[in-house]
Amino acid sequence: MTFNKKTLACCVAAAAATSLMASNAQAQMSDDEVRIGYLADMSGTYRDLAGPGGLTAMEMAVEDFGGSVNGAPIVISSADDRNSADVGANTVRGWIDEDNVDMVGGLVASSVSIAVSNVIEENDGLAIVSGSAASSITNEHCTPNHIHWVYDTYPLANGTAKAVVDQGGDSWFMLTADYAFGHALEADVTSVVEANGGEIVGGVRHPFPTNDFSSYILQAQGSGAKIVGLANAGSDTVNAITTASQFGLTQSGQQLAGLLIFLNDVHALGLEATQNLLLTTGWYWDMDDQSREWAERYYAEEERMPTMVQAGIYSSTMHYLKAVEAAGTDDPETVRAQMAEMPIDDFFARNGRIREDGRMIHDMYLAQVKTPEESTGEWDLYEILSTIPAEEAYRPLSESQCELVQN
Amino acid sequence: MTMIFGVPLAVFLGQLTLGLVNGAFYALLSLGLAVIFGLLKIVNFAHGAQYMLGAFAALLGFRYLGINYWLALVLVPLVVGAFGMLMERFLLRRIAHLDHLYGLLLTFGLALIFEGTLVNIFGVSGARYTAPEALQGGMNLGFMFLPVYRGWVLVAALAMCLFTWFMIERTRLGAYLRAGTENSQLMQAFGVNVPLLITLTYGFGVGLAAFAGVLAAPLYPVSPTMGSSLLIVVFAVVVIGGMGSILGAIITGLSMGIIEGLTKVYYPEAANTVIFLVMILVLLLRPSGLFGKEA
Repeated sequence: MTFNKKTLACCVAAAAATSLMASNAQAQMSDDEVRIGYLADMSGTYRDLAGPGGLTAMEMAVEDFGGSVNGAPIVISSADDRNSADVGANTVRGWIDEDNVDMVGGLVASSVSIAVSNVIEENDGLAIVSGSAASSITNEHCTPNHIHWVYDTYPLANGTAKAVVDQGGDSWFMLTADYAFGHALEADVTSVVEANGGEIVGGVRHPFPTNDFSSYILQAQGSGAKIVGLANAGSDTVNAITTASQFGLTQSGQQLAGLLIFLNDVHALGLEATQNLLLTTGWYWDMDDQSREWAERYYAEEERMPTMVQAGIYSSTMHYLKAVEAAGTDDPETVRAQMAEMPIDDFFARNGRIREDGRMIHDMYLAQVKTPEESTGEWDLYEILSTIPAEEAYRPLSESQCELVQN
Repeated sequence: MTMIFGVPLAVFLGQLTLGLVNGAFYALLSLGLAVIFGLLKIVNFAHGAQYMLGAFAALLGFRYLGINYWLALVLVPLVVGAFGMLMERFLLRRIAHLDHLYGLLLTFGLALIFEGTLVNIFGVSGARYTAPEALQGGMNLGFMFLPVYRGWVLVAALAMCLFTWFMIERTRLGAYLRAGTENSQLMQAFGVNVPLLITLTYGFGVGLAAFAGVLAAPLYPVSPTMGSSLLIVVFAVVVIGGMGSILGAIITGLSMGIIEGLTKVYYPEAANTVIFLVMILVLLLRPSGLFGKEA
């Protein structure tokens, strides 16, 4: 045997040194990997606003980042929560217990996000909510372990409802999805409408999801309200708008106010049914050059233009990875603090920063759906009317019920 | 203004009418299920997917082949029905001798495959299918504004229900079908091709679902998940009416639509639950269903 003791010792020493060096570089990365879990509705009502497209956006962020942080590879797992809080919470529990997932992103249905944030808090993890709307996620349900990224019901109400009341729409009938998100949106809209001198004359809470809206539209018509506010989302909103147009709601002098409308909804409904609708959005693919540039890259992958949620998933994942890199660790508490330290200014968020309640505030936009004549292409759907500055758009900390905020 | 339980009469009548329209869908779909179960003893969990396929066939037929609504109303049930016959001939027949549970699992699995495939291709946002010119607009009934199309749905669905009932209960072919299910060996001895009869019946039930799908296409966004939300309700309707009862399915479908419609006025939060409450009551008091034969 040509192998003597000396060379063997030499090899062992070299191997030990290499592994020592490697572990020094990755000393702070648990399992020597940065593990991200993507949880979203991949097959149901909310699939098209985040879903597989959101996963694509997250993968784009990881790829653009270079695939690793300080030498530790970035690994993404994904799962379908099927809009069930139980399924979502159990999936995340498994990810944390068995796979040591460092951050959970995506998160669409508000009920799922609230359930998941509880699991994340119990386990000292980190979650970034991109798809959910309920403002309660960073209000009464805030935790030190999660961040809410793209939008919430407060700016939706503040942007759209205020604009509608200003235009003379001072009596409202609310069509509300009967669960956490709908209730939060309804509450926010009610306070904005009343604060601006309008009143809520009636409303219906419909089960989620609902197939047939004819009965509710008829009740809205009977209410005599000038505005029918849709505090629902996804296929519920699409169904409600379709039915309203069949029943001639707008011809009889009433107007619809869609409070949470995504790009894919307008695309599905068509401009004929949605033209002139006012809405508030956190981002629009065609709003400026850097947005367009990213959107074109996304389009090349998915053959659809991205929604604000999908863009937000890219933005939040990128910010998370930058924070991990800067902090030199994937320890959730340190990364969370680091994320709050760094301002956010990318193609998605302008004047963005993370507040102590976990709310990422950034500029929001009041938009109007174009008419078929104005639109120049399949995805040319919105006109941005005005910018709502970050500090005005979201619920002020002085009104916060979050335990983390010192009032 | 006259009030009924605290609701103005006009609103009450309006909700009654809309309930009837939804009930017509329930009737049409539960009728197909009842025919299939009554004659084949298959619990067809693919029924919702077949309804969805009907709507999609109408949409795609219009988009790519220029087939108009009226033609689709005739062609789509035939095409989807033929597809159903293939399912019966090559899949369901192989497990016909096994427990009902296997048929249920097989059809449920197929439904998931159909839905999943279409979700992957088209997403879930749904697409719009425009009603033909003649059925657009609305009519003022005095107490409500009823879109013409919904009125048409009610008429078309009821006509189809009556046609089916007549075919099965009042014609020679229907008599063969009923006899075949009572005693298929004896029928075969008389020279009737029972397997063919079963394939045709399954195809007919599927065609009914597809017909309902075409009717629904202009009403709701055409999306791959449109059938799954409806299917469970329709099963509840069949259970209430009594498994296998043709007339029971029609009457129960209509009345459940009305009960659901009224719940939407008095206590909207329970609108998705009320049919199941009725189902529980019926199961407790009359386990074989309102119109079912006592077991």
